[in-house]
Amino acid sequence: MEVKFSPLTLKRWQYFRANRRAFRSLWIFLTLFVLSLFAEFIANDKPLVIVYNKSIYLPVFKFYPEQTFGGDFETEADYRDPYIQEKIEAKGWMIWPPIRYKYDTVNYDLPTPAPSKPNYENLLGTDDQGRDVLARLIYGFRISILFGFILTLISSIIGVIVGGVQGYFGGMVDLVCQRIIEIWSGLPILYLLIIMGSLVEPNFWWLLGLMLLFSWMSLVSLVRAEFLRARNFDYVKAAKALGGSTFHIMFRHVLPNAMVATLTYLPFILNGAITTLTSLDFLGFGMPPGSPSLGEMLAQGKNNLHAPWLGITAFFSVACMLALLVLIGEGVRDAFDPRKVKV
Amino acid sequence: MSLPLLSIKDLWVRFGNFNAVKGVNFDLNHGETMALVGESGSGKSVTALSILKLLPYPQAAHPQGEIRFKGENLLDASNERLRKIRGDEISMIFQEPMTSLNPLHTVEKQIGEVLTLHRHFKGSQIRERVIELLGLVGFTDAHERLQSYPHQLSGGQRQRVMIAMALATEPSLLIADEPTTALDVTTQAQILELLKILQQKLNMALLLITHDLSIVHKMAKKVVIMQKGECVEAGLTKSVFKNPQHPYTQQLLNAEPRGMTKELDQKAPIILDAKNLSVRFVRKSALFSPKAYFNAVKDVSLQVRQGETLGIVGESGSGKTTLAFALLRLQESEGEILLQGNPIHHLKNKSLRALRHKLQIVFQDPFSSLSPRMTIAEIIGEGLKIHHPDLSFAQQEELIIESLKEVSLDPETRHRYPHEFSGGQRQRIAIARALILKPQILVLDEPTSALDKAIQVEVLELLRDLQVKHHLTYIFISHDLKIIRAISHHVLVMRQGSIVESGPTNVIYENPQHPYTQALFKAAFEL
Repeated sequence: MEVKFSPLTLKRWQYFRANRRAFRSLWIFLTLFVLSLFAEFIANDKPLVIVYNKSIYLPVFKFYPEQTFGGDFETEADYRDPYIQEKIEAKGWMIWPPIRYKYDTVNYDLPTPAPSKPNYENLLGTDDQGRDVLARLIYGFRISILFGFILTLISSIIGVIVGGVQGYFGGMVDLVCQRIIEIWSGLPILYLLIIMGSLVEPNFWWLLGLMLLFSWMSLVSLVRAEFLRARNFDYVKAAKALGGSTFHIMFRHVLPNAMVATLTYLPFILNGAITTLTSLDFLGFGMPPGSPSLGEMLAQGKNNLHAPWLGITAFFSVACMLALLVLIGEGVRDAFDPRKVKV
Repeated sequence: MSLPLLSIKDLWVRFGNFNAVKGVNFDLNHGETMALVGESGSGKSVTALSILKLLPYPQAAHPQGEIRFKGENLLDASNERLRKIRGDEISMIFQEPMTSLNPLHTVEKQIGEVLTLHRHFKGSQIRERVIELLGLVGFTDAHERLQSYPHQLSGGQRQRVMIAMALATEPSLLIADEPTTALDVTTQAQILELLKILQQKLNMALLLITHDLSIVHKMAKKVVIMQKGECVEAGLTKSVFKNPQHPYTQQLLNAEPRGMTKELDQKAPIILDAKNLSVRFVRKSALFSPKAYFNAVKDVSLQVRQGETLGIVGESGSGKTTLAFALLRLQESEGEILLQGNPIHHLKNKSLRALRHKLQIVFQDPFSSLSPRMTIAEIIGEGLKIHHPDLSFAQQEELIIESLKEVSLDPETRHRYPHEFSGGQRQRIAIARALILKPQILVLDEPTSALDKAIQVEVLELLRDLQVKHHLTYIFISHDLKIIRAISHHVLVMRQGSIVESGPTNVIYENPQHPYTQALFKAAFEL
């Protein structure tokens, strides 16, 4: 079936498109994000394709012991090892990704002690453990965005449900939920994260869960207000008189009203989520050591002031990412502004 | 005769590419009353607002024309000059007295502000003049009223305060933009009377903007009739009313709800029976102290027969809408409600939802009662999806088309969205949404009061036809007594939540018993 948008949605989209700054930001951001999703094909310490002895090998996807290529060990082939490279080239060829480093690949062949300056081999230099900064940047960007997206998505769903229930039913439900939220939002999040960090090894999902415990509240008050307002609309009453079930009315008639406010807020919530993850990593309470992260790169930049490429790279990438999101968010906000876009 | 006080020549007003006013001409002399009449969107308010240059410039522009006030062209006047004229020589009162007064200021401060600005009054001088003005507009307790805030006043009192503000500087021209539309009939009559007396007393010119021809008839010496930004007819009220030339004027004058409904079958079964219905709202609730209640509907009993129209009349706040919502079980109430002899007052959500298709409602405002995000077909078909989920898509589509035809709308328009329709068409859509479920009782909550006069008559006729065709029972709520007379068999007059009088329509209209009913009818028919 053909997807049909309401004329209002179409107008909003047109208004958004007409805002060239926001529209370009969206394209730049989407391009960067999609590229970073394929980080393994851009920055990796394994070749993309190997043709050896007239058969094709895909090391990015599959484990091949060194013996496959005429080596001595049963461990995975180290494709960066000149010995293995020689073996493969002798009986075939291989295609490397543009950057021959993964986020955790250590370049032992540095011209100066790590952190070393940018050169043709490491375009943005290496960090203090000899790892390629550009590769770490690509992977770190991906993790930040994905973390932000997942956190925003789940916390928005929870927030919309809680706010919707509060606003639609009102009365006692609303009163009790509001008090719980007030108490819950008074808990010191950072300390909790630090305490939890000492109890468990924080990984991506642990951090996500912990932050989710608190981030769902940001949308509740907004959605609650929209539901409170909309439940007295005539067309909502008409739906009630038609005999629609509570769920039907909430979902079909009231929710679309609240979605405007929610969508307007989403880019900013996403921004907040990314910033939080970055700052936790910076403080050392975030992702496990060794994982690519913009916050950790910032911390390295602070600790290695003599290697400005670390701090500058981290600063510029975080600043650009947040700026792009803010510009997109601005465009979305204007497009949803009822004073600017009318039916 | 000397120079006219206000003279508008070939005035054009343009918003972007849209011409809101296209070449309007009229003259207004000292001490004269002129009415500017037209339906919504005819450009009458825009014309009035451009006299004081109160339009949102620069979106609005005057490509042509001039507005001469005492010989001075106001369109060329500087902002400073205009500020001097506004509120001093030309004053304006607006339709909605609720929003045109600042809720944070007392009556004294609001009126006093005008005096400080234009007359540079000080201290006790202001107070004296404010008391004088309040007396002039009919406050008997002017001293106590000085410290009142707008929310402590009734609608009529607020409009009086607005008039006092407008008159504070004794302007030579008063522009009144629908000054009584938001008020109840009895208050409306009082305010108009007041305006008339004050105008004579102060010898000012009055430019009255209205859509209500009975007001024009009573108040204005001259009348200008506007349609789609053009002035279609102008002249002395008497001669225009007696001998209208333009077809539009004739249509306006004929657009009075007339006729009667078909005789009611006296043996028809009673379909809805309400006994001792009461609705109360919690006004104040605090922990540990007894709750305070406000009784919106007090102990109301009524019976409706199949095919009958029950008219419920009352001023705003009389509880008529609350009563209707209680009958539909959209509002918690006490008392008994029997639908076709079966009690429905105790039913819980699920069993109630199954009955909902028998009781439908059409709301007052056709703009807010249709979801802007759904197409017409989706809006009308929603009830089908809920009550007849077994119907195929094609069957639903067929029923939707049929119901659109029934309300005389083109079925081809069903994929459009509500904003593409006019007010009258939207109201037809709302009626189609209710009718597709084949209800037995249709509650009509002021279904015509948001519509223009000519459209009102059309909708009313449609409703009458549908009633005969489907043996529908109507509960028709309105504050407009003429409409009620044209459609109901039975009338209930409500005041402050109770029924003050009820009976067959012709009996009540010919011989009202209760003093309140008498006052209501007097205000409505002798205007």
